[in-house]
Amino acid sequence: MNAKTKFDWGKLVHWRFFMPIVCLFLVLLVNVIQTPDFFVISINNGVLYGYLIDIINRASELVILAVGMTLVTAASGGQDISVGAVMAVAAGICCQILSGGAVSTNTLMAPMAIAILAALAASVLCGAFNGFLVSVLGIQPMVATLILFTAGRGIAQLVTKGQITYVRVDSYRVMGGYIGACPVPTPVFFAIGVVLVVNLVLNKTALGLYIESVGVNGSASRLVGLNSTHIKFLTYVIMGLLSGVAGIVASSRIYSADANNIGLNLEMDAILAVALGGNNLGGGRFNLMGSVIGAYTIQALTTTLYAMKVSADQLPVYKAIVVIIIVVIQSPVFQKKFRSMRHGKAVTVNAG
Amino acid sequence: MLDKLTLVKKSKKPGAVAFLLMITILLFVVMYSIGMIVFVNKGFAKPQMFMNLFISNAGLIVISCGLTIVMITGGIDISVGSVTALVCMVAADLMEHKGMSVYMALLSALLIGLAFGVVQGFLISYLDIQPFIVTLAGLFFGRGMTAVVSTQMIAVKNAEFLQWANAKINLPIGYTKKNGTFIPSYIYPTVVVALIIVILITIMLQRCNFGRELYAIGGNQQSALMMGLNVRRVKMKAYVLDGLLAGLGGFLFCLNSCAGFVEQAKGLEMDAISAAVIGGTLLSGGVGTVVGTLFGVLIKGTIASLITTQGTLSSWWVRIVLSALLCFFIVLQAIIAGVGGKKLKK
Repeated sequence: MNAKTKFDWGKLVHWRFFMPIVCLFLVLLVNVIQTPDFFVISINNGVLYGYLIDIINRASELVILAVGMTLVTAASGGQDISVGAVMAVAAGICCQILSGGAVSTNTLMAPMAIAILAALAASVLCGAFNGFLVSVLGIQPMVATLILFTAGRGIAQLVTKGQITYVRVDSYRVMGGYIGACPVPTPVFFAIGVVLVVNLVLNKTALGLYIESVGVNGSASRLVGLNSTHIKFLTYVIMGLLSGVAGIVASSRIYSADANNIGLNLEMDAILAVALGGNNLGGGRFNLMGSVIGAYTIQALTTTLYAMKVSADQLPVYKAIVVIIIVVIQSPVFQKKFRSMRHGKAVTVNAG
Repeated sequence: MLDKLTLVKKSKKPGAVAFLLMITILLFVVMYSIGMIVFVNKGFAKPQMFMNLFISNAGLIVISCGLTIVMITGGIDISVGSVTALVCMVAADLMEHKGMSVYMALLSALLIGLAFGVVQGFLISYLDIQPFIVTLAGLFFGRGMTAVVSTQMIAVKNAEFLQWANAKINLPIGYTKKNGTFIPSYIYPTVVVALIIVILITIMLQRCNFGRELYAIGGNQQSALMMGLNVRRVKMKAYVLDGLLAGLGGFLFCLNSCAGFVEQAKGLEMDAISAAVIGGTLLSGGVGTVVGTLFGVLIKGTIASLITTQGTLSSWWVRIVLSALLCFFIVLQAIIAGVGGKKLKK
């Protein structure tokens, strides 16, 4: 095909960022029509203010989770549905240590570093538990993580003794609020930091390649000398750690640990972000930045639906429909039908 | 055809099936006996306590039977809890706000279940999408739709419905009070329906072609295909049946709770999956019985009544203990499958 004279639509459609960006564009377009001052960013009380900032701020936990979910999906061909529950556990442990076991506190009962480290250790443990079930025992990822999906919130309730633990200390609110006079909300830095670090690790070491090859063909990777068990296990541990980080940020936002509601339904959003990012939910090659764009798209969608007076309880209906549409488009059967429809009888094999 | 299918079943670790079922029944007997010994003063030893296990779990028994069917084909359905909530809410809404009869409510419950079954079954069997993703979307869709119908709790006051819900069936067993009056144990019609479903599905799985085809597909989809089975159609039927049973189970659940609200039956899918797994259904498919699943539900019920009778432990312990049991059985299965798998490879 003559690329210079003819714009190659096929190439654009198969560009890996095509779907996430188109979706994001669509959602933003709806918003602009609905609220003309959507892109207006102003400074109120020394902090940035506006719809866009709100979306970017609130998407932070989701971005962090989507990064982990992408790796888990790529390596094991399944998703971790326990992330919301693990967030609740991490938040519960963090707040409980800071409050010294009391329901509410105005002064820190323990150094913040210890509380955060303990929370992260617990979430890594949760990740390791999932990873063990998936990689060593070979259980389907979603069934294995189903255990913590239901038990996790129970454990979090147990940690917080069934109450909402409040930590009314300004230094604890920094992670979900603002650092000093910085106008940008702190969660945004967490999200950017996680994306940068994970990207760096994947690009500067061979880990990214290993994860892809394990996901594409586990037994072949083992034959060339990769320990696929270790790599799958590692992705779940990373997922656990990132869930912990997201949990602490979420709990810092509301300066409390609400075992029932922290990270509620976030597993669905994270999976949605991964799917929207053009990743195959069956594992294999992955596209980290696609997932990140996907995460922002989901948050934009959520904010839009809230703006359209859809209640939080009803939100899942729309998200479920979006998931189904995406997975149907992604499904090999549908793509085959679609391609044969476009090319008539000459069905070409797509190398990508 | 039938003989070939029976062969497939028999060649697949016959010992493991009986072994898992035996562990389950033994576990139930041990747990219930412990309850009878420890809480003898709190009425745990009375026959009615045993009947209550069935009464409070009649809906769950039917739902778990449906889930067992799809798990035998190697699939899964985590939307059943949301379907239950939706069914309860729609039934309550129809009867209380729309003035419809209880028959219409039952019909709508079955139709909702059928719709979920058909859509999810189509996406899973004809478009080859992972069952987990499809039914996860179903889970969120059902829960969200429940909120669309109403965010308020609707209590059912329909006279005929309450008559159905409270029709006691006295049994010849019971206990005699100190003054000599005999108090018979009772069950509700929901229990009878649930037990009939268990018997029907057992017959279907063991004696009908369709039942044997389910095992064949779960055992090895590729060889089932090569034997000339229409794998897609059988899978589709399995999900439709599962959806129907979820609708019926949801209605039984509603007869027990007599209300519809958004948070209802949250986590029921977990109870149903763990009941099936504890009852000896392999997550990888090909192995499972509904009788085992029935015992799985009874074990769940026993844990719940032990914890409520104990009194000081909070209710989320039920989920934690159940999750731990599920974990134990999953690991057990993996070990059994691992041993069998290694032998096969060599």
